Amino acid sequence: MTDIEPDDTVDARGAACPGPLMDLIGAMRGAEPGAVVRLLSDNEQSLTDVPEWAEEAGNELLAVEELDDHAAFYVEKA
Amino acid sequence: MTERIVILGGGTGGTVLANDLADRLGPELDAGDVEVTLINDGPDHVYKPVWLYVPFGEREPADGRRALDDLIDDAVDLRIGRVSEIDTDAQELRFDGTAPAAEYDHLVLATGSTLRPERIPGLAEGGHNYYSESGATALRDELLEFTEGEIVLSVVGTPHMCPAAPLEFVFMVDDWFRERGLREDVGITYTYPIQRVHGNPHIAEWARPIMEERDIAVETFFNAESVDPEAETITSMEGTELGYDLLVSIPPHGGVDLIEAAGLGDDGWVDVDKHTLEAEAAENVYALGDTADTGVPNAGSVAHYQAGVVGRRLASEVRGRPPTATYDGKTLCFIETGMDAASFVEFDYERPPSPAPPSEKLHWSKLAYNESYWLTARGLL
Repeated sequence: MTDIEPDDTVDARGAACPGPLMDLIGAMRGAEPGAVVRLLSDNEQSLTDVPEWAEEAGNELLAVEELDDHAAFYVEKA
Repeated sequence: MTERIVILGGGTGGTVLANDLADRLGPELDAGDVEVTLINDGPDHVYKPVWLYVPFGEREPADGRRALDDLIDDAVDLRIGRVSEIDTDAQELRFDGTAPAAEYDHLVLATGSTLRPERIPGLAEGGHNYYSESGATALRDELLEFTEGEIVLSVVGTPHMCPAAPLEFVFMVDDWFRERGLREDVGITYTYPIQRVHGNPHIAEWARPIMEERDIAVETFFNAESVDPEAETITSMEGTELGYDLLVSIPPHGGVDLIEAAGLGDDGWVDVDKHTLEAEAAENVYALGDTADTGVPNAGSVAHYQAGVVGRRLASEVRGRPPTATYDGKTLCFIETGMDAASFVEFDYERPPSPAPPSEKLHWSKLAYNESYWLTARGLL
C-alpha cells in the first residue's frame, strides 16, 4: 500500500476503454500543478494507457497499486 | 388505476419508444389503464446525422427536422415544455413557471447530449463544428469558400455523439477537395485524445492506414487545452501546438444538468445497469440512448435498439409480469469514407466491430437509411 494522499479520486471502475483514461484526463484538466489524482480502474488496458499518457503529457505517475479486482494509479500534475 | 409512463426527451430514443409503447400497449391505452406522455423542450424532432452533410452543401438542416406532432402516435400525450427538476422520491417532473408537475409511475430519461465548448478557452470563438444546426451552417459558409490552407479536425473529448463522425468528416473533406482538384493546396490534420485514432481499437486499426494512404496527418494523445482564435492555434495538455486556417472541433459533450441535480449520475449521464437500462440510483427510472452510461457509442442505432428493450420491459411491468428483455450492446453504424463510398460495422458487448470494405453500395445504403429514418422514428422500421 502506498501512503500517497491524493487530492482527488476518480472512480472509473466498470468503464470501458478509453473511459478510464478520459476520466483521468478530465480530472487532470481541472487540477492545480502539483496536485495528485488517483484513478481507480478495472480495465486492463489502463495498465498501459495511463503510463503512456502520463509520460506524453509530462505528468508523473507516482505509483500503481494492483489490487484484487482493480488498479489504483497516482498521477501528479506537472 | 391508470399507470403513468413519462418519457423525457423527443430525440431518437424517446420518439421510437413513445411509438413502440403506443403499438405494444394499444389495448391498455384504449382501455385507459395506461397513459404514455412524451415531454420535449421544443416542438420538433431533429435527426442529427443530416448535419454531417450540411458543410459540404449536400443537405439542408431542414432535411433533419420534423414536427413531433406528425411523428408521434395520437395515443401518446405530447407535452412541450422545459422540465426544471426531476424528483425521483416524489416521482414527478417539475416545470419552470406555472405548468403543473408531471407525475409518473415509470420514467424514461432520453435527454441526450449537449455541447459544452465553453470548457475549452477559445474553442467557441475559434472553432467550428457540425454537431449543431448553427454550427453546421457556419462551417458550410467557411468550407465552401476555403480553397487553400490547413484544416485541423480536433476531437476534444469523449464520449461524443456518433464516434465515427470525426473519421467520416476527414475522409469526406479529403475526397471533396480531391474531386475539386484542390487537395494539394489543403492540409488536413486529425487529432484524438488517446494513443490511437478512435476509441475502439478495431476501428482505429482499420482507419489509421486509410489516413496514411490519403495523407491525413494524425496527432494522437492530443487533449485540447486552449484555442487562440487570434493566432489561429490550438494547444494540447500534452504540450503540442498546431496552427490552423480552419478549425473543426468535436466539442466536449455533457448530458443535461437535471440528471446530476437529481443524483442519477455525473455530468448528465445516468448510471444504469447496462443490460436492463434501469437507473442505479432510483426506482422506476430507465435511461436510454446518449443519456444512459453504458459505454456503447452515442448513436441513433443504440437509442433505437434500447427503446425496443425498454418498451418490452415496460409492457411486462404494466402487465404485472417480470421484465426479461435485455440490451446486448448492439450497435450498427455506416461510416462514410469519402463522398461516394462508405463502410459498415455491427457489434455488441461481446463481439467487436469488423469494418466492411468501403463501397459505393454502402454509401448509398447510408443515404437510403437516412431517408427512411422517418419510418424508424414512427416505429415502422
